[in-house]
Amino acid sequence: MTGSAPLLEVDKLVKEYRGGRRLADRLTGRPETVVRAVTGVSLSIARGEIVGLIGESGCGKSTLGRSILRLHEPTSGRVTFDGTDVTALAAPAMKAMRRRMQIIFQDPYASLNPRRTVGEIVGLPLRLHGLARSPAEVRDLVAAMIEKVGLKSAHLDRYPHQFSGGQRQRIGIARALVSHPEFIVCDEPVSALDVSIQAQIIQLLTDLKSEMGLTYLFISHDISVIGYLSDRVAVMYLGELVEFGPVEDVLARPRHPYTQSLMSAVPEVDRPGHRHRVRLEGDLPSPLAPPPGCRFHTRCPFATDICRREAPRTETVGPGHTAACHRLSENLSLLDEEQA
Amino acid sequence: MTDALLEVNGLRTVFDTRAGTVCAVDGVDATVRRGECLGVVGESGSGKSVTFASVMGLVRPPGRIEAGRILFEGRDLRALSPRQMRAIRGRDIAMTMQDALTALNPALTVGEQMAEMMEAHDESLPASRGARRRAIAERSAEMLGLVGIPSAGERLRQYPHEFSGGMRQRIMIAIALASRPKLLIADEPTTALDVTIQAQVLELITDIRAELGMSVVLITHDLGVVAEHCDRVMVMYAGQVVETGPTADVIGAPRHPYTKGLLASIPRLALRGQRIRPIEGQVPELIDLPPQCRFYSRCPERGPECLRPVEMHDAGEGREARCVRVVPEMVS
Repeated sequence: MTGSAPLLEVDKLVKEYRGGRRLADRLTGRPETVVRAVTGVSLSIARGEIVGLIGESGCGKSTLGRSILRLHEPTSGRVTFDGTDVTALAAPAMKAMRRRMQIIFQDPYASLNPRRTVGEIVGLPLRLHGLARSPAEVRDLVAAMIEKVGLKSAHLDRYPHQFSGGQRQRIGIARALVSHPEFIVCDEPVSALDVSIQAQIIQLLTDLKSEMGLTYLFISHDISVIGYLSDRVAVMYLGELVEFGPVEDVLARPRHPYTQSLMSAVPEVDRPGHRHRVRLEGDLPSPLAPPPGCRFHTRCPFATDICRREAPRTETVGPGHTAACHRLSENLSLLDEEQA
Repeated sequence: MTDALLEVNGLRTVFDTRAGTVCAVDGVDATVRRGECLGVVGESGSGKSVTFASVMGLVRPPGRIEAGRILFEGRDLRALSPRQMRAIRGRDIAMTMQDALTALNPALTVGEQMAEMMEAHDESLPASRGARRRAIAERSAEMLGLVGIPSAGERLRQYPHEFSGGMRQRIMIAIALASRPKLLIADEPTTALDVTIQAQVLELITDIRAELGMSVVLITHDLGVVAEHCDRVMVMYAGQVVETGPTADVIGAPRHPYTKGLLASIPRLALRGQRIRPIEGQVPELIDLPPQCRFYSRCPERGPECLRPVEMHDAGEGREARCVRVVPEMVS
């Protein structure tokens, strides 16, 4: 992390989804169901940095990304972007702010309007934010952007269905970047792609980042991708950050048992079969009824009584490296020595 | 006879479309030995799933098998009547699908689906109805226990939607294994699953394989999964096999430029700060392919000698690669 003020600061962000109560529930006094998808996450991202956010499906990582942009309104907590409290902005100011904060979605099929041409899709942010003086200028800027992401300006009059998955993801990237934003939430942008195409898109995203001076929150369930391109990595489990720090520390010397089990579960071509694998028992508990105490205790091989009773505090375990576990001081590890 | 359980020779499966005939599988040879795990790797459209759907006799119009021989324990499966094929499919060869939610019947309980399988394939079941029901219930519970689903008795009365993704994949494996097949074809068994659950399911398949002594074909796009679980690997590209051999050798020193490109494309912590070298371009359309190496347009090693159909070349030590640059002498 650099010493300057962070570009983005997230402070105790909470996002709850209310299930709503049917008449029968109200009459019987049954309480409303509340899913606490994100429960008090704090993190900061420096300008020019890539922070990787990793976790399994349902852990709340996409909800966190979208709540930061207020695509989902946060229930509580604060998001500060370049000194401005984003969560307090009224609609017009928020709209202006969106020019600087964009998102790239996972599914290149669902996230592009099938009835608009590529030119219209990529040109929309320019028109919304009034960034071009004439239709001709929109077209020029869009053409320049579309070539930057590796497509041709001849593609502008085509529709999304005429493109492959990798090409559509390039269109989505062009749309996100055409307004020259500073911060991008990349929400699993390569998860739906084949390996060789995935590599092309990762390379494109890293090239564009240095070229345009971007800052990424990169959400993925793929540790290899996160490890390759992040500066710092945040590990999320059931709505909470369990570990956060520089990627070399967190992935090479993970301190939280959940991070350790994630690392152990990844199959890698480099070192097949020469490690013992930690097998996590069971599935992710339902966020409707999260376990009391430490949320990981139902699957944690090291869980003790205190883990079942009390939620652990986040502690500093190294320079810029934090983890939330009751047993950090014991230096337990699920991994072999050679892996550490 | 060798120790080959399944032998596929010159398989060609095509799909008739309005745009023309798509040759999804073009001259595929494959061998699965007894007790081994064969990894089949390739990207979408490489023909890996269609190859094994053809083996299972599951290709339906507009698709058809145009040529090739599929020998299972020496019997030509293509020469069998639908009735004979039904007896083999499910009992001797079982297949699990990638998407367990759509592959399982949502309107039947898990127990009913397991019973269906056993009724169809298990001749050892007792004849009287009561004893038969009890035997099926017992075996079903045993199979669910084998795949690590607790309180199997209760779970058998539940419907697929009441299970998580990982559980559903296990149930499908349990159903596939209920007849104790000689060959299990697992089509992307973990693609839809989270990494900790993926590890559970893959280890389950490996354990059961050792326990039952069956052969496994693991279809996947993940070379890491292959590296950790498969004895041999077969890499497919645009309907053809481009490289085969023992997993450690192929991954350690790939011979075909496509395999090299795939391995170089995998991002990992160890490569931080270095550029990954993605394979340029895209997979060609499988209609009216020119008679040349199919990887030609994306290959960094291409030359004029690649502009003709390329056969598999012997690459030494039980290895083959479909590339004109491969000669056995170059084997170190």
